[in-house]
Amino acid sequence: MFDTIAQQLIIGLTNGMVFALVALGYTMVYGILEFINFAHGDVFMLAAFLALTLVGALDVTQQTPPGTLAALLLGIVVACALFAGGLNYAIDRVVYRPLRRAPKLAPLVSAIGVSFILQNVGLFWGGSAMAVFGGGGQAAAPKAFPDILPQTNLAASLFGVETKLTLLPKDLLVMGASVVIMAALYGLVRHTKLGKAMRATAQDPNAARLMGIDVDKVVGATFLIGGALAGVAAVVYSLYINTIHYQMGYQNGLYAFTAAVVGGIGNIPGAVLGGLVLGLVRAFSDQFIGAQWQPAVLFGILIVILVFRPAGLLGSTAREKV
Amino acid sequence: MLEVRDLHAAYGAILAVNGVTLDVRSGEIVTLIGANGAGKTTTLNCIAGLLKPKSGSVRFDGEDLARVPAHDIVRRGLVMAPEGRRVFPRMTVAENLEMGAFTRKDKDGIRADFERVYGLFPILLERAQQVAGTLSGGEQQMLAVGRAMMARPRLLLLDEPSLGLAPLIVKRIFEVIRTLNEAGTTILLVEQNARMALKTAHRGYVLETGQVTMVDDAARLLADARVQAAYLGE
Repeated sequence: MFDTIAQQLIIGLTNGMVFALVALGYTMVYGILEFINFAHGDVFMLAAFLALTLVGALDVTQQTPPGTLAALLLGIVVACALFAGGLNYAIDRVVYRPLRRAPKLAPLVSAIGVSFILQNVGLFWGGSAMAVFGGGGQAAAPKAFPDILPQTNLAASLFGVETKLTLLPKDLLVMGASVVIMAALYGLVRHTKLGKAMRATAQDPNAARLMGIDVDKVVGATFLIGGALAGVAAVVYSLYINTIHYQMGYQNGLYAFTAAVVGGIGNIPGAVLGGLVLGLVRAFSDQFIGAQWQPAVLFGILIVILVFRPAGLLGSTAREKV
Repeated sequence: MLEVRDLHAAYGAILAVNGVTLDVRSGEIVTLIGANGAGKTTTLNCIAGLLKPKSGSVRFDGEDLARVPAHDIVRRGLVMAPEGRRVFPRMTVAENLEMGAFTRKDKDGIRADFERVYGLFPILLERAQQVAGTLSGGEQQMLAVGRAMMARPRLLLLDEPSLGLAPLIVKRIFEVIRTLNEAGTTILLVEQNARMALKTAHRGYVLETGQVTMVDDAARLLADARVQAAYLGE
Protein backbone atom coordinates (compact mmCIF):
# COMPACT_ATOMS: atom_id res chain seq x y z
CA MET A 1 0.00 0.00 0.00
CA PHE A 2 2.78 2.41 0.95
CA ASP A 3 4.59 1.54 -2.26
CA THR A 4 1.47 2.18 -4.31
CA ILE A 5 0.91 5.58 -2.76
CA ALA A 6 4.57 6.54 -3.09
CA GLN A 7 4.54 5.40 -6.71
CA GLN A 8 1.51 7.54 -7.49
CA LEU A 9 3.17 10.45 -5.73
CA ILE A 10 6.14 10.13 -8.07
CA ILE A 11 3.93 9.88 -11.14
CA GLY A 12 1.72 12.72 -9.99
CA LEU A 13 4.58 15.03 -9.14
CA THR A 14 6.48 14.45 -12.37
CA ASN A 15 3.37 14.93 -14.52
CA GLY A 16 2.40 17.91 -12.41
CA MET A 17 5.79 19.55 -12.94
CA VAL A 18 5.38 19.32 -16.70
CA PHE A 19 1.89 20.83 -16.49
CA ALA A 20 3.30 23.54 -14.27
CA LEU A 21 6.03 24.47 -16.75
CA VAL A 22 3.43 24.90 -19.48
CA ALA A 23 0.95 26.58 -17.13
CA LEU A 24 3.54 29.23 -16.28
CA GLY A 25 3.46 30.44 -19.89
CA TYR A 26 -0.32 30.87 -19.76
CA THR A 27 -0.31 32.57 -16.41
CA MET A 28 2.54 35.00 -17.10
CA VAL A 29 0.91 36.27 -20.28
CA TYR A 30 -2.49 36.45 -18.61
CA GLY A 31 -1.02 38.33 -15.66
CA ILE A 32 0.15 41.11 -17.95
CA LEU A 33 -2.38 41.21 -20.81
CA GLU A 34 -5.44 39.47 -19.30
CA PHE A 35 -5.34 37.39 -22.42
CA ILE A 36 -5.29 33.61 -22.86
CA ASN A 37 -2.69 32.65 -25.42
CA PHE A 38 -4.45 29.57 -26.78
CA ALA A 39 -1.55 28.88 -29.12
CA HIS A 40 0.82 28.33 -26.18
CA GLY A 41 0.17 24.57 -26.04
CA ASP A 42 0.94 24.26 -29.73
CA VAL A 43 4.24 26.07 -29.32
CA PHE A 44 4.98 23.36 -26.73
CA MET A 45 4.01 20.71 -29.30
CA LEU A 46 6.26 22.11 -32.04
CA ALA A 47 9.17 22.25 -29.58
CA ALA A 48 8.63 18.54 -28.94
CA PHE A 49 8.79 17.94 -32.70
CA LEU A 50 12.04 19.86 -32.82
CA ALA A 51 13.37 17.76 -29.93
CA LEU A 52 12.54 14.53 -31.77
CA THR A 53 14.08 15.88 -34.96
CA LEU A 54 17.27 16.79 -33.12
CA VAL A 55 17.42 13.45 -31.31
CA GLY A 56 17.20 11.75 -34.68
CA ALA A 57 19.58 14.06 -36.50
CA LEU A 58 22.21 13.93 -33.76
CA ASP A 59 21.70 10.18 -33.41
CA VAL A 60 21.20 10.29 -29.67
CA THR A 61 20.46 6.82 -28.29
CA GLN A 62 20.67 4.88 -25.08
CA GLN A 63 24.11 3.73 -26.25
CA THR A 64 25.48 7.27 -26.33
CA PRO A 65 28.14 7.60 -23.59
CA PRO A 66 26.81 9.43 -20.50
CA GLY A 67 29.02 12.52 -20.89
CA THR A 68 28.12 13.04 -24.53
CA LEU A 69 24.48 12.24 -23.76
CA ALA A 70 24.33 14.91 -21.06
CA ALA A 71 25.96 17.49 -23.33
CA LEU A 72 23.67 16.67 -26.27
CA LEU A 73 20.61 16.69 -24.05
CA LEU A 74 21.53 20.08 -22.65
CA GLY A 75 22.04 21.34 -26.19
CA ILE A 76 18.63 20.03 -27.24
CA VAL A 77 16.97 21.66 -24.23
CA VAL A 78 18.60 25.00 -25.03
CA ALA A 79 17.71 24.72 -28.72
CA CYS A 80 14.08 23.90 -27.94
CA ALA A 81 13.85 26.70 -25.39
CA LEU A 82 15.23 29.22 -27.88
CA PHE A 83 12.99 27.90 -30.64
CA ALA A 84 9.79 27.96 -28.57
CA GLY A 85 10.67 31.29 -26.98
CA GLY A 86 11.42 32.85 -30.33
CA LEU A 87 8.29 31.40 -31.91
CA ASN A 88 6.10 32.64 -29.06
CA TYR A 89 7.72 36.08 -29.27
CA ALA A 90 7.18 36.21 -33.03
CA ILE A 91 3.52 35.22 -32.70
CA ASP A 92 2.96 38.06 -30.24
CA ARG A 93 4.84 40.54 -32.39
CA VAL A 94 3.03 39.65 -35.61
CA VAL A 95 -0.44 38.62 -34.46
CA TYR A 96 -1.29 39.88 -30.98
CA ARG A 97 0.50 43.20 -30.73
CA PRO A 98 -1.44 44.87 -33.57
CA LEU A 99 -4.60 43.83 -31.71
CA ARG A 100 -3.56 45.21 -28.31
CA ARG A 101 -6.18 47.94 -28.36
CA ALA A 102 -8.81 45.87 -30.14
CA PRO A 103 -11.81 44.41 -28.27
CA LYS A 104 -10.73 41.42 -26.17
CA LEU A 105 -12.40 38.85 -28.41
CA ALA A 106 -10.20 39.79 -31.39
CA PRO A 107 -6.87 38.57 -29.95
CA LEU A 108 -8.65 35.60 -28.39
CA VAL A 109 -10.06 34.39 -31.70
CA SER A 110 -6.70 35.10 -33.35
CA ALA A 111 -4.98 32.96 -30.73
CA ILE A 112 -7.33 30.07 -31.51
CA GLY A 113 -6.52 30.62 -35.18
CA VAL A 114 -2.78 30.53 -34.52
CA SER A 115 -3.30 27.35 -32.53
CA PHE A 116 -4.86 25.64 -35.58
CA ILE A 117 -2.14 26.95 -37.86
CA LEU A 118 0.56 25.56 -35.58
CA GLN A 119 -1.23 22.21 -35.43
CA ASN A 120 -1.11 22.10 -39.21
CA VAL A 121 2.57 22.92 -39.10
CA GLY A 122 2.91 19.99 -36.70
CA LEU A 123 1.02 17.74 -39.11
CA PHE A 124 3.34 18.76 -41.91
CA TRP A 125 6.43 18.38 -39.76
CA GLY A 126 5.28 14.95 -38.60
CA GLY A 127 4.62 13.86 -42.18
CA SER A 128 7.16 13.65 -44.93
CA ALA A 129 9.49 15.97 -43.07
CA MET A 130 9.88 13.35 -40.38
CA ALA A 131 9.54 10.25 -42.49
CA VAL A 132 13.01 9.13 -41.45
CA PHE A 133 12.06 8.74 -37.81
CA GLY A 134 9.33 6.19 -38.10
CA GLY A 135 5.65 6.94 -38.23
CA GLY A 136 6.48 9.08 -41.24
CA GLY A 137 4.11 9.16 -44.13
CA GLN A 138 1.28 9.03 -41.65
CA ALA A 139 1.46 12.60 -40.54
CA ALA A 140 -1.21 12.35 -37.87
CA ALA A 141 0.21 9.21 -36.27
CA PRO A 142 1.84 9.52 -32.87
CA LYS A 143 5.63 9.48 -33.09
CA ALA A 144 7.72 7.35 -30.78
CA PHE A 145 10.24 9.39 -28.86
CA PRO A 146 13.15 7.04 -28.12
CA ASP A 147 14.13 6.21 -24.58
CA ILE A 148 17.54 7.81 -24.47
CA LEU A 149 17.99 7.81 -20.71
CA PRO A 150 19.11 4.69 -18.84
CA GLN A 151 16.25 2.54 -17.53
CA THR A 152 17.91 1.63 -14.23
CA ASN A 153 15.58 1.62 -11.28
CA LEU A 154 17.15 3.92 -8.71
CA ALA A 155 14.61 3.35 -5.96
CA ALA A 156 16.38 0.52 -4.13
CA SER A 157 19.84 2.07 -4.25
CA LEU A 158 18.53 5.52 -3.38
CA PHE A 159 16.43 4.54 -0.38
CA GLY A 160 18.62 1.62 0.67
CA VAL A 161 15.68 -0.74 1.21
CA GLU A 162 13.97 -3.47 -0.79
CA THR A 163 10.98 -1.85 -2.49
CA LYS A 164 8.65 -2.39 -5.40
CA LEU A 165 8.88 1.31 -6.16
CA THR A 166 10.09 2.41 -9.59
CA LEU A 167 12.16 5.57 -9.74
CA LEU A 168 13.85 6.08 -13.08
CA PRO A 169 16.54 8.60 -14.04
CA LYS A 170 13.95 10.37 -16.15
CA ASP A 171 11.74 10.92 -13.08
CA LEU A 172 14.65 12.65 -11.38
CA LEU A 173 15.41 14.60 -14.54
CA VAL A 174 11.84 15.92 -14.78
CA MET A 175 11.77 16.96 -11.15
CA GLY A 176 15.29 18.35 -11.09
CA ALA A 177 14.94 20.35 -14.29
CA SER A 178 11.54 21.71 -13.29
CA VAL A 179 12.61 22.78 -9.82
CA VAL A 180 15.73 24.50 -11.13
CA ILE A 181 13.78 26.34 -13.81
CA MET A 182 11.00 27.40 -11.50
CA ALA A 183 13.50 28.68 -8.95
CA ALA A 184 15.30 30.61 -11.69
CA LEU A 185 12.02 32.11 -12.87
CA TYR A 186 11.08 33.06 -9.33
CA GLY A 187 14.44 34.77 -8.83
CA LEU A 188 14.09 36.59 -12.12
CA VAL A 189 10.61 37.90 -11.38
CA ARG A 190 11.42 38.84 -7.78
CA HIS A 191 14.83 40.38 -8.04
CA THR A 192 15.85 41.48 -11.52
CA LYS A 193 14.97 44.78 -13.13
CA LEU A 194 13.12 42.98 -15.92
CA GLY A 195 11.19 40.93 -13.38
CA LYS A 196 10.16 43.99 -11.45
CA ALA A 197 9.12 45.70 -14.67
CA MET A 198 7.02 42.62 -15.48
CA ARG A 199 5.30 42.74 -12.10
CA ALA A 200 4.71 46.48 -12.35
CA THR A 201 3.27 46.09 -15.84
CA ALA A 202 1.01 43.27 -14.68
CA GLN A 203 -0.31 45.37 -11.81
CA ASP A 204 -0.87 48.60 -13.74
CA PRO A 205 0.39 48.98 -17.31
CA ASN A 206 -0.29 52.71 -17.56
CA ALA A 207 1.42 53.45 -14.28
CA ALA A 208 4.33 51.31 -15.53
CA ARG A 209 4.57 53.52 -18.63
CA LEU A 210 4.75 56.55 -16.39
CA MET A 211 7.79 55.00 -14.67
CA GLY A 212 9.55 54.86 -18.03
CA ILE A 213 8.93 51.15 -18.60
CA ASP A 214 8.58 50.16 -22.26
CA VAL A 215 5.51 47.97 -21.90
CA ASP A 216 5.82 46.47 -25.38
CA LYS A 217 9.31 45.24 -24.53
CA VAL A 218 8.11 43.77 -21.26
CA VAL A 219 5.28 41.95 -23.00
CA GLY A 220 7.73 40.65 -25.62
CA ALA A 221 10.06 39.39 -22.91
CA THR A 222 7.13 37.68 -21.21
CA PHE A 223 6.20 35.78 -24.38
CA LEU A 224 9.85 34.89 -24.88
CA ILE A 225 10.28 33.52 -21.36
CA GLY A 226 6.90 31.75 -21.34
CA GLY A 227 7.72 30.15 -24.68
CA ALA A 228 11.17 29.07 -23.49
CA LEU A 229 9.58 27.37 -20.48
CA ALA A 230 7.25 25.50 -22.84
CA GLY A 231 10.31 24.52 -24.89
CA VAL A 232 12.01 22.98 -21.86
CA ALA A 233 8.73 21.35 -20.86
CA ALA A 234 8.48 19.83 -24.34
CA VAL A 235 11.84 18.05 -24.05
CA VAL A 236 11.09 16.90 -20.54
CA TYR A 237 7.62 15.69 -21.53
CA SER A 238 8.92 13.83 -24.59
CA LEU A 239 11.61 12.05 -22.59
CA TYR A 240 9.02 11.15 -20.01
CA ILE A 241 5.99 10.11 -22.06
CA ASN A 242 7.95 8.77 -25.08
CA THR A 243 5.18 9.60 -27.52
CA ILE A 244 4.48 12.87 -29.25
CA HIS A 245 1.79 13.86 -31.72
CA TYR A 246 0.48 16.98 -33.33
CA GLN A 247 -2.49 17.28 -30.98
CA MET A 248 -0.49 16.96 -27.78
CA GLY A 249 -0.33 20.73 -27.48
CA TYR A 250 -4.06 21.12 -27.57
CA GLN A 251 -4.60 18.41 -24.97
CA ASN A 252 -1.77 19.28 -22.57
CA GLY A 253 -2.35 22.96 -23.15
CA LEU A 254 -5.88 22.54 -21.92
CA TYR A 255 -4.65 20.72 -18.82
CA ALA A 256 -1.98 23.33 -18.19
CA PHE A 257 -4.43 26.16 -18.71
CA THR A 258 -6.76 24.48 -16.23
CA ALA A 259 -3.84 24.18 -13.81
CA ALA A 260 -3.18 27.90 -14.17
CA VAL A 261 -6.82 28.74 -13.45
CA VAL A 262 -7.01 26.39 -10.47
CA GLY A 263 -3.84 27.90 -9.02
CA GLY A 264 -5.14 31.41 -9.64
CA ILE A 265 -4.53 32.75 -13.13
CA GLY A 266 -1.86 35.43 -13.29
CA ASN A 267 -0.20 34.06 -10.16
CA ILE A 268 3.18 32.38 -10.76
CA PRO A 269 3.38 30.17 -7.63
CA GLY A 270 -0.30 29.41 -8.30
CA ALA A 271 0.51 27.91 -11.69
CA VAL A 272 3.06 25.58 -10.08
CA LEU A 273 0.64 24.58 -7.33
CA GLY A 274 -2.17 24.09 -9.85
CA GLY A 275 0.06 21.89 -12.00
CA LEU A 276 1.02 19.72 -9.05
CA VAL A 277 -2.60 19.39 -7.86
CA LEU A 278 -3.64 18.40 -11.36
CA GLY A 279 -0.83 15.85 -11.70
CA LEU A 280 -1.49 14.29 -8.29
CA VAL A 281 -5.27 14.10 -8.71
CA ARG A 282 -4.77 12.45 -12.08
CA ALA A 283 -2.32 9.89 -10.73
CA PHE A 284 -4.43 8.92 -7.72
CA SER A 285 -7.66 8.79 -9.65
CA ASP A 286 -6.01 6.51 -12.23
CA GLN A 287 -4.81 4.21 -9.45
CA PHE A 288 -7.82 4.10 -7.19
CA ILE A 289 -10.79 4.89 -9.42
CA GLY A 290 -9.71 3.87 -12.89
CA ALA A 291 -8.06 5.55 -15.82
CA GLN A 292 -11.28 5.64 -17.82
CA TRP A 293 -12.76 7.97 -15.21
CA GLN A 294 -9.78 10.31 -15.23
CA PRO A 295 -11.26 13.32 -17.02
CA ALA A 296 -14.52 13.15 -15.07
CA VAL A 297 -12.83 12.84 -11.67
CA LEU A 298 -10.17 15.38 -12.51
CA PHE A 299 -12.44 18.09 -13.78
CA GLY A 300 -15.05 17.27 -11.14
CA ILE A 301 -12.53 17.98 -8.41
CA LEU A 302 -11.29 21.09 -10.17
CA ILE A 303 -14.83 22.43 -10.47
CA VAL A 304 -15.35 21.83 -6.74
CA ILE A 305 -12.12 23.74 -6.01
CA LEU A 306 -13.28 26.63 -8.17
CA VAL A 307 -16.74 26.67 -6.60
CA PHE A 308 -15.15 27.25 -3.20
CA ARG A 309 -12.27 29.39 -4.43
CA PRO A 310 -13.43 31.04 -7.65
CA ALA A 311 -10.20 33.02 -8.04
CA GLY A 312 -8.14 29.83 -7.73
CA LEU A 313 -6.10 28.42 -4.86
CA LEU A 314 -3.67 31.35 -4.64
CA GLY A 315 -5.69 33.95 -6.52
CA SER A 316 -6.81 37.01 -4.63
CA THR A 317 -10.58 37.01 -4.22
CA ALA A 318 -10.93 40.78 -4.01
CA ARG A 319 -9.27 43.30 -6.26
CA GLU A 320 -7.14 45.90 -4.54
CA LYS A 321 -8.88 49.19 -4.09
CA VAL A 322 -7.67 51.83 -6.49
CA MET B 1 9.49 74.82 -20.57
CA LEU B 2 6.12 73.31 -21.51
CA GLU B 3 4.01 74.70 -24.32
CA VAL B 4 0.61 73.23 -25.07
CA ARG B 5 -1.02 74.64 -28.20
CA ASP B 6 -4.64 74.26 -29.27
CA LEU B 7 -4.90 70.74 -27.88
CA HIS B 8 -7.92 68.65 -28.89
CA ALA B 9 -8.40 65.21 -27.43
CA ALA B 10 -11.24 62.71 -27.20
CA TYR B 11 -12.15 59.43 -25.56
CA GLY B 12 -13.95 57.61 -28.35
CA ALA B 13 -16.54 60.01 -29.70
CA ILE B 14 -16.61 62.26 -26.67
CA LEU B 15 -14.48 65.34 -27.11
CA ALA B 16 -12.95 65.98 -23.70
CA VAL B 17 -10.44 68.69 -24.53
CA ASN B 18 -11.38 71.28 -27.08
CA GLY B 19 -8.54 73.66 -27.85
CA VAL B 20 -6.45 74.01 -24.70
CA THR B 21 -3.43 76.30 -24.83
CA LEU B 22 -1.19 76.65 -21.80
CA ASP B 23 2.39 77.37 -20.81
CA VAL B 24 4.49 76.35 -17.86
CA ARG B 25 7.72 78.25 -17.33
CA SER B 26 10.74 76.86 -15.58
CA GLY B 27 10.49 77.22 -11.80
CA GLU B 28 6.74 77.80 -11.66
CA ILE B 29 3.88 76.06 -9.93
CA VAL B 30 0.97 76.26 -12.33
CA THR B 31 -2.43 74.93 -11.43
CA LEU B 32 -5.24 73.77 -13.64
CA ILE B 33 -8.61 74.04 -11.91
CA GLY B 34 -12.09 73.24 -13.08
CA ALA B 35 -15.14 71.11 -12.46
CA ASN B 36 -15.28 67.35 -12.95
CA GLY B 37 -15.24 66.58 -16.65
CA ALA B 38 -13.73 69.90 -17.63
CA GLY B 39 -10.82 68.06 -19.26
CA LYS B 40 -8.08 68.53 -16.66
CA THR B 41 -6.97 64.90 -16.44
CA THR B 42 -7.30 64.46 -20.22
CA THR B 43 -4.95 67.40 -20.72
CA LEU B 44 -2.37 65.89 -18.37
CA ASN B 45 -2.68 62.46 -20.00
CA CYS B 46 -1.93 64.04 -23.38
CA ILE B 47 1.12 65.83 -21.98
CA ALA B 48 2.44 62.63 -20.36
CA GLY B 49 1.90 60.68 -23.58
CA LEU B 50 -0.72 58.25 -22.27
CA LEU B 51 -3.31 59.67 -24.67
CA LYS B 52 -2.69 60.72 -28.25
CA PRO B 53 -4.24 64.12 -28.96
CA LYS B 54 -6.53 64.51 -31.97
CA SER B 55 -4.78 67.72 -32.89
CA GLY B 56 -2.64 70.42 -31.39
CA SER B 57 0.86 70.15 -30.02
CA VAL B 58 2.75 69.56 -26.81
CA ARG B 59 6.32 70.83 -26.67
CA PHE B 60 8.73 70.20 -23.83
CA ASP B 61 12.02 72.15 -23.86
CA GLY B 62 11.13 73.05 -27.43
CA GLU B 63 10.79 69.43 -28.56
CA ASP B 64 7.49 68.25 -30.02
CA LEU B 65 6.32 65.21 -28.00
CA ALA B 66 3.80 63.95 -30.57
CA ARG B 67 5.97 61.01 -31.60
CA VAL B 68 7.63 60.34 -28.27
CA PRO B 69 6.15 57.32 -26.42
CA ALA B 70 5.13 57.78 -22.79
CA HIS B 71 8.07 55.77 -21.42
CA ASP B 72 10.55 58.01 -23.24
CA ILE B 73 8.89 61.21 -22.08
CA VAL B 74 9.86 60.21 -18.53
CA ARG B 75 13.51 60.04 -19.58
CA ARG B 76 13.31 63.68 -20.68
CA GLY B 77 12.42 64.75 -17.15
CA LEU B 78 8.67 65.12 -17.53
CA VAL B 79 7.04 62.89 -14.93
CA MET B 80 3.43 62.42 -13.89
CA ALA B 81 1.91 61.21 -10.63
CA PRO B 82 -1.44 60.07 -11.99
CA GLU B 83 -4.93 60.53 -10.63
CA GLY B 84 -5.99 57.84 -8.18
CA ARG B 85 -2.38 57.33 -7.05
CA ARG B 86 -1.92 54.14 -9.08
CA VAL B 87 0.77 52.68 -6.84
CA PHE B 88 1.70 49.06 -7.62
CA PRO B 89 -0.48 47.34 -5.03
CA ARG B 90 1.39 44.03 -4.70
CA MET B 91 4.86 45.57 -4.59
CA THR B 92 6.42 46.89 -1.42
CA VAL B 93 6.77 50.60 -0.71
CA ALA B 94 10.51 50.36 -1.36
CA GLU B 95 9.92 48.51 -4.65
CA ASN B 96 7.42 51.16 -5.73
CA LEU B 97 10.01 53.86 -5.12
CA GLU B 98 12.55 51.77 -6.98
CA MET B 99 10.20 51.63 -9.98
CA GLY B 100 10.08 55.41 -9.90
CA ALA B 101 13.82 55.42 -10.57
CA PHE B 102 13.45 52.82 -13.35
CA THR B 103 15.11 54.93 -16.04
CA ARG B 104 18.08 55.91 -13.88
CA LYS B 105 21.43 54.20 -13.52
CA ASP B 106 23.20 56.47 -11.01
CA LYS B 107 23.15 54.23 -7.94
CA ASP B 108 24.41 56.92 -5.56
CA GLY B 109 21.90 59.46 -6.80
CA ILE B 110 19.08 56.93 -6.40
CA ARG B 111 20.18 56.17 -2.85
CA ALA B 112 20.25 59.89 -2.06
CA ASP B 113 16.74 60.28 -3.47
CA PHE B 114 15.48 57.39 -1.33
CA GLU B 115 16.77 59.35 1.68
CA ARG B 116 15.12 62.49 0.41
CA VAL B 117 11.71 60.84 -0.06
CA TYR B 118 11.93 59.11 3.32
CA GLY B 119 12.93 62.45 4.82
CA LEU B 120 9.85 64.17 3.43
CA PHE B 121 7.53 61.26 4.25
CA PRO B 122 8.93 59.37 7.27
CA ILE B 123 5.87 57.09 7.31
CA LEU B 124 7.10 55.56 4.02
CA LEU B 125 10.34 54.52 5.69
CA GLU B 126 8.37 52.89 8.48
CA ARG B 127 6.31 51.00 5.92
CA ALA B 128 9.15 50.37 3.45
CA GLN B 129 8.69 46.57 3.41
CA GLN B 130 4.90 46.63 3.42
CA VAL B 131 3.00 46.02 0.16
CA ALA B 132 1.53 49.25 -1.14
CA GLY B 133 -2.01 47.88 -1.44
CA THR B 134 -2.26 47.77 2.34
CA LEU B 135 -1.41 51.46 2.85
CA SER B 136 -4.06 54.05 3.70
CA GLY B 137 -5.17 56.45 0.98
CA GLY B 138 -3.00 59.24 2.35
CA GLU B 139 0.05 57.00 2.57
CA GLN B 140 -0.54 55.82 -1.00
CA GLN B 141 -0.66 59.43 -2.16
CA MET B 142 2.62 60.15 -0.39
CA LEU B 143 4.05 57.08 -2.09
CA ALA B 144 2.77 58.23 -5.48
CA VAL B 145 4.42 61.63 -5.05
CA GLY B 146 7.60 60.05 -3.69
CA ARG B 147 7.68 57.59 -6.56
CA ALA B 148 7.41 60.42 -9.09
CA MET B 149 10.24 62.25 -7.25
CA MET B 150 12.46 59.21 -7.71
CA ALA B 151 12.58 59.92 -11.45
CA ARG B 152 14.22 63.30 -10.69
CA PRO B 153 11.62 65.26 -12.66
CA ARG B 154 12.32 68.71 -13.96
CA LEU B 155 8.60 69.10 -14.63
CA LEU B 156 6.27 67.21 -12.33
CA LEU B 157 2.62 66.72 -13.26
CA LEU B 158 0.39 66.07 -10.27
CA ASP B 159 -3.16 64.93 -10.93
CA GLU B 160 -5.56 65.50 -8.02
CA PRO B 161 -3.07 64.75 -5.25
CA SER B 162 -5.55 65.77 -2.54
CA LEU B 163 -8.51 63.72 -3.78
CA GLY B 164 -10.30 61.95 -0.93
CA LEU B 165 -7.67 62.71 1.70
CA ALA B 166 -8.04 64.02 5.26
CA PRO B 167 -7.32 67.77 5.66
CA LEU B 168 -4.14 67.21 7.64
CA ILE B 169 -2.69 65.00 4.92
CA VAL B 170 -3.77 67.44 2.22
CA LYS B 171 -1.85 70.13 4.07
CA ARG B 172 1.23 67.89 4.22
CA ILE B 173 1.05 67.12 0.50
CA PHE B 174 0.84 70.80 -0.40
CA GLU B 175 3.78 71.57 1.88
CA VAL B 176 5.81 69.00 0.03
CA ILE B 177 4.75 70.46 -3.33
CA ARG B 178 6.10 73.82 -2.19
CA THR B 179 9.31 72.23 -0.89
CA LEU B 180 9.89 70.42 -4.18
CA ASN B 181 9.30 73.61 -6.10
CA GLU B 182 11.71 75.54 -3.94
CA ALA B 183 14.29 72.83 -4.62
CA GLY B 184 13.93 73.54 -8.33
CA THR B 185 11.17 71.27 -9.64
CA THR B 186 8.63 72.92 -11.92
CA ILE B 187 5.09 71.75 -11.18
CA LEU B 188 1.84 71.53 -13.08
CA LEU B 189 -0.90 70.75 -10.61
CA VAL B 190 -4.44 69.64 -11.42
CA GLU B 191 -6.81 70.05 -8.49
CA GLN B 192 -10.45 70.08 -7.57
CA ASN B 193 -9.44 71.66 -4.27
CA ALA B 194 -9.15 75.06 -5.97
CA ARG B 195 -8.50 77.04 -2.83
CA MET B 196 -5.44 75.05 -1.77
CA ALA B 197 -4.20 74.89 -5.34
CA LEU B 198 -4.45 78.64 -5.92
CA LYS B 199 -2.84 79.38 -2.57
CA THR B 200 0.12 77.20 -3.53
CA ALA B 201 0.53 78.04 -7.21
CA HIS B 202 2.04 81.05 -8.94
CA ARG B 203 -0.38 81.01 -11.84
CA GLY B 204 -3.61 79.29 -12.63
CA TYR B 205 -5.75 78.23 -15.57
CA VAL B 206 -9.48 77.70 -15.29
CA LEU B 207 -10.80 74.95 -17.53
CA GLU B 208 -14.47 74.70 -18.52
CA THR B 209 -15.87 72.02 -20.86
CA GLY B 210 -12.52 71.42 -22.45
CA GLN B 211 -11.48 75.02 -22.92
CA VAL B 212 -9.40 77.52 -21.00
CA THR B 213 -11.70 80.31 -19.83
CA MET B 214 -9.36 82.24 -17.51
CA VAL B 215 -5.61 82.61 -17.09
CA ASP B 216 -4.05 84.74 -14.40
CA ASP B 217 -1.80 84.98 -11.39
CA ALA B 218 -3.04 82.57 -8.76
CA ALA B 219 -3.59 85.37 -6.22
CA ARG B 220 -5.79 87.29 -8.62
CA LEU B 221 -7.82 84.19 -9.51
CA LEU B 222 -8.29 83.57 -5.82
CA ALA B 223 -9.76 87.07 -5.48
CA ASP B 224 -11.87 86.85 -8.65
CA ALA B 225 -15.62 86.89 -8.02
CA ARG B 226 -16.45 84.36 -10.75
CA VAL B 227 -13.80 81.92 -9.53
CA GLN B 228 -15.01 82.36 -5.98
CA ALA B 229 -18.60 81.67 -7.01
CA ALA B 230 -17.84 78.67 -9.18
CA TYR B 231 -14.91 76.94 -7.45
CA LEU B 232 -14.42 78.30 -3.98
CA GLY B 233 -18.01 78.02 -2.77
CA GLU B 234 -18.37 81.60 -1.69
